[in-house]
Amino acid sequence: MTITFLLNGERVEVPQAAPTETLLDWLREKRRLTGTKEGCNEGDCGACTVMVREADGTARALNACILFLPQLHGKAVRTVEGMQGPDGALHPVQEAMVEKHGSQCGFCTPGFIVSMAVAHANGQRDHNDRLAGNLCRCTGYAPIVRAAEAAEAAPVPEWLEDDLTQIDPRPQDMLPETADALAAALEAHPEATIVAGATDVGLWVTKQLRELERVIFLHRCRDLQQIEVGETEIRVGAGVTIDRLHAAMQERHPSFAEMLRRYGSVQVRGAATLGGNIANGSPIGDSPPALIALGATLHLRKGDTRREMPIEEFFIDYGKQDRAPGEFVEAVTIPVQPDRLRCYKISKRFDQDISAVCGCFNIRVEDGVVAEARIAFGGMAGIPKRAAHVEKALLGQPWSEETIRAAEEAWAEDFTPMSDMRASAAYRLESARNLLLRYFHDTGDAPVLTSVLEVRA
Amino acid sequence: MSVTKPLPHDAAKLHVSGAARYVDDIPVPGDTLHLAFGLSQIAAGRITELTLDKVRAAPGVVAVLTADDLPFANDVSPSIHDEPLLSGRRISYLGQPIFLVVAESHLAARKAARLAQIEYQPRDAILTIEEALEADSRFEEGPRIYQKGDAGEAIDAAPHVLEGRIEMGGQEHFYLEGQAALALPQDDGEMVVHSSTQHPTEIQHKVAEAIGVPMHDVRVETRRMGGGFGGKESQGNALAVACAVAARLTGRPCKMRYDRDDDMMITGKRHDFRIDYRVGYDDEGRVQGIDFVHYTRCGWAQDLSLPVADRAMLHADNAYHLPHCRIESHRLKTNTQSATAFRGFGGPQGMLGIERVMDHIAHALGRDPLEVRRANYYRPAGEQPASAEAAPEPAPKRVAPGDEVDLASRGAVGQVPQSGLPKAPEGVQTTPYGQPVQDFILHEMTEALLESSDYAARRQRIAEWNAENPLIKRGIALTPVKFGISFTLTHLNQAGALVHVYQDGSVRMNHGGTEMGQGLFQKVAQVAASRFGVDVSAVKITATDTGKVPNTSATAASSGSDLNGMAVKAACDTIRQRMANLLAGLHQARAEDVRFADGRVTVGEADYSFAEVAKLAYENRVSLSATGYYRTPKLAWDRIKGQGRPFFYFAYGAAVTEVAVDVLTGENRILRADVLHDAGASLNPALDIGQVEGGYVQGAGWLTTEELVWDEAGRLRTHAPSTYKIPACSDRPEVFNVALWDGRNREDTIYRSKAVGEPPFMLGISALMALSDAVAACGDGSVYPALDAPATAERVLMAIRRQQGQG
Repeated sequence: MTITFLLNGERVEVPQAAPTETLLDWLREKRRLTGTKEGCNEGDCGACTVMVREADGTARALNACILFLPQLHGKAVRTVEGMQGPDGALHPVQEAMVEKHGSQCGFCTPGFIVSMAVAHANGQRDHNDRLAGNLCRCTGYAPIVRAAEAAEAAPVPEWLEDDLTQIDPRPQDMLPETADALAAALEAHPEATIVAGATDVGLWVTKQLRELERVIFLHRCRDLQQIEVGETEIRVGAGVTIDRLHAAMQERHPSFAEMLRRYGSVQVRGAATLGGNIANGSPIGDSPPALIALGATLHLRKGDTRREMPIEEFFIDYGKQDRAPGEFVEAVTIPVQPDRLRCYKISKRFDQDISAVCGCFNIRVEDGVVAEARIAFGGMAGIPKRAAHVEKALLGQPWSEETIRAAEEAWAEDFTPMSDMRASAAYRLESARNLLLRYFHDTGDAPVLTSVLEVRA
Repeated sequence: MSVTKPLPHDAAKLHVSGAARYVDDIPVPGDTLHLAFGLSQIAAGRITELTLDKVRAAPGVVAVLTADDLPFANDVSPSIHDEPLLSGRRISYLGQPIFLVVAESHLAARKAARLAQIEYQPRDAILTIEEALEADSRFEEGPRIYQKGDAGEAIDAAPHVLEGRIEMGGQEHFYLEGQAALALPQDDGEMVVHSSTQHPTEIQHKVAEAIGVPMHDVRVETRRMGGGFGGKESQGNALAVACAVAARLTGRPCKMRYDRDDDMMITGKRHDFRIDYRVGYDDEGRVQGIDFVHYTRCGWAQDLSLPVADRAMLHADNAYHLPHCRIESHRLKTNTQSATAFRGFGGPQGMLGIERVMDHIAHALGRDPLEVRRANYYRPAGEQPASAEAAPEPAPKRVAPGDEVDLASRGAVGQVPQSGLPKAPEGVQTTPYGQPVQDFILHEMTEALLESSDYAARRQRIAEWNAENPLIKRGIALTPVKFGISFTLTHLNQAGALVHVYQDGSVRMNHGGTEMGQGLFQKVAQVAASRFGVDVSAVKITATDTGKVPNTSATAASSGSDLNGMAVKAACDTIRQRMANLLAGLHQARAEDVRFADGRVTVGEADYSFAEVAKLAYENRVSLSATGYYRTPKLAWDRIKGQGRPFFYFAYGAAVTEVAVDVLTGENRILRADVLHDAGASLNPALDIGQVEGGYVQGAGWLTTEELVWDEAGRLRTHAPSTYKIPACSDRPEVFNVALWDGRNREDTIYRSKAVGEPPFMLGISALMALSDAVAACGDGSVYPALDAPATAERVLMAIRRQQGQG
């Protein structure tokens, strides 16, 4: 396959690109662009952050270490070397970083510069969120945020305006342009690995050193990337990235959006897709519990055959999903409903951390009595799972602390979590139970402050 | 003058443009080979069969080496030769390098390294403190004990006694640039090594041993590291040695860098500690007598564990006068990564022990911990009799011929002062190891910080908040830092420099210190610029190079600018003196009347540019090149007795931290931190504040989210940033006020500045103590929180449950 993209404003063509060659390795080894650093090789430190602009003009910060070359087809890439003007003039965020002493050892700095430049180009000033995917071990971040703030008002340098019209990305095998083409390709090659954002499959390659025989990329299927808001349901295409889902949920289900704000990092949310987060079947993926609590439906497709199911039924057992070879996740539909959803993500670190426990609650109370309860958890079992016994213990009961305490025994019937490096089984069970209490206080008539994230000095 | 100016890091522009080169960025010859280790999958036992056929047959593999294939020393230890580069049959930890793959690419080497077929005969691994004690698995013959007075008697006689235990985890360095080295074979058997190391001389020494040449055949160069934090003091040895051995074997350049997971599985981390304490105190909370027992897991090899554990003992007092004190230290040998240097070098662990005690005493007495801390402070500098007797110079040490100890390592065994130790003047308070404390400035610093942080009013507001909010509790704490500055291995307190002035007046400067982000090079360049009276841009900073300045000490123990600043000053002053003598002769003036300032050199009416003087000197056959040398005065230390003056001076600091905790989940965060730190007369306030901010956040990370987890098989489960969580951007305190204390070092250091690398790390202890305060607010106050570290959400919730009478 021949991959064509813009690199720092210059058109490049990579003939016979290996499907799993990472942008980072290619930049450093083939192009000798060593400003982009390898810090962790798994998308967790941000030292390899690059700017990727799509044909529609959207600029994103992405991790080059888990970005395969075919994912760049038809896009524009800017590395730290491309942030300076043709005459060597520094980008405003570069100047500010020097001025505010934002670099010490300097190794993470190129990644920060790119993340900051992307946020600057997009006019985003929520610096904590924009920089959550860039780790720095020297500065304690304070001078970096000062630099980001100092550069806010500066105009975006014109040299960052990449002209994507000159690329002419030719259609390529294994890079289907539509869901129909994807369905056909998967029928022909049911053994193929499907790659959307590569935030998970990337690690198969960089960490497990797996050789993937055949890879089909679905990021060019525009029709899988639609969000359609109807009267009764919201249909989210499998190829919708988490950052777009986040934006779509902000009005309707702000707690879901708040949880997605902490899903991975900017770099991960810009690459990862909803379909990928479901299809990989991880017991600690953050979107499934929320979707289960919302009563979402999963839509699968194989060739021209489609089927659908309540999303919780997709997860059969650890590592096992109800998906046939050649079948793929096409969309999720979420019923339109009044917002009662609360999503609670417990992790060692607030930002960019995998959940120890992710609990999502959607409880309808009528006349003081629990009329409907959908409670789902990640991190509590081998699959994202509903708390069926707890739900049953609540149904028909007065919505009160007494009812919640009376339901305590039911938790152990629903879940026997494991102990691992993220948390002990005891902590998981106890915090899960307590999250129902948090939900009670969060949604009561006289809400009580329940989140340390809302406390200020 | 250039010193005291808040100039940016010398490489800041290179950093932000991606042009700063690290080892892996250096252009290499096309035939360069790449290396990877094959790692043990068990923690303890023997290899019964090692089959490497598939490794050798893998694509791109050029050679595969085992211990038997090494031509000379199989040793990368910085101390007692107990750390083979490749394991041989005996396996000491899970992750230990067993064999070395040499291949055409980094990826080919990594892939091949996983293809070995290895049969093991495992034995029970010693992983925990209990297991090590039971097996008497330890370094040194028994526990080290330092004491002053009679702690047992003083505790028994005290009005109150309490005892307790604190456990504190280790810490992964997580330097953003992983370990890396590149060896380039030269003609006539020479080897040039680029290494990401804090200790080029150590690398030179180990490489020379490994390829069987004298040290003069190995030249090590280090331009910069992408972070070190102690993790590159000894942990780079293996890569540099592997590269040199493979380069010698193949005649081709060899490069090695660890993948992040390998880095975390192979290399050492901060030592975790358990500290048991028993303390007797009066109604004011003043300590009458105290007994500490330190237990530390050192891992499988000795590395630098003895001086780390020593330094923990030396900081068991922190800022508090302990009239009767006993400290017992167990250095336990376990089948885990060999714990190593990490910013503070045991100091933080020892200090956390006494800070826990202060917190515990305050709880028992129902007082604000701040009052108990202040009641125990050493007396102010102004109230101590001055002029401690200077230490006699130690007699020269004789080294037996053939003695192969690595003298330049902190793992070396120190000489014992031959001529006795200095006596403290009458009436001066001393540390538990007998060093007089005569520069104590924490009373006035604490007062200033209480005022600037509005401590009293906030403490009141927090109490009100806690009364009103059932599910979120707040806490606040002030903790001080007193940190001893100098290598405790006295002979390491020396440094050299090499300075050249060229005919055009430009200056090229070299010294033994290494740059890991701390801004050392810029600070020292500012010193050089100040000596010559030129702008700092006239001074070229060059890579650390064992061929220019030999026998360097590691850039460690916060010593970088103290030692190298003085050495560079000495070199500059030699040249300056020669210039002054020349001009004095030409103008019939006195040399001391020649002035170097603002890029000009003036004598009487005559006024030259610095470049003109350089040219003049050359024409008059005056040397424009000089070495400089410095050794720290007044030191004398006996680490076996635990007596003497290991430190030239102390650096001070204090922090107030406010936190919030979630009663239902234990989730917690830092809301605000106010810091006042003592950098003496700062050489560069911007860089020093950078060290303070970064140190605080790193210290707070150690005590909150950074948790190392090993499973029952001894496998480290947190071996990547996906599972090991250093602070992220939003974890820094949202309100973060950092200021430097305005004062001069009482000792004659470079421009009266103070070392600033490690001390601020321990300001993070205030975060843990603030969490303790918040947890205490979750119950009726009858139960002491006894919060262990790291205080993850889980540990905090368990502590809250104890407050509530559960768990």
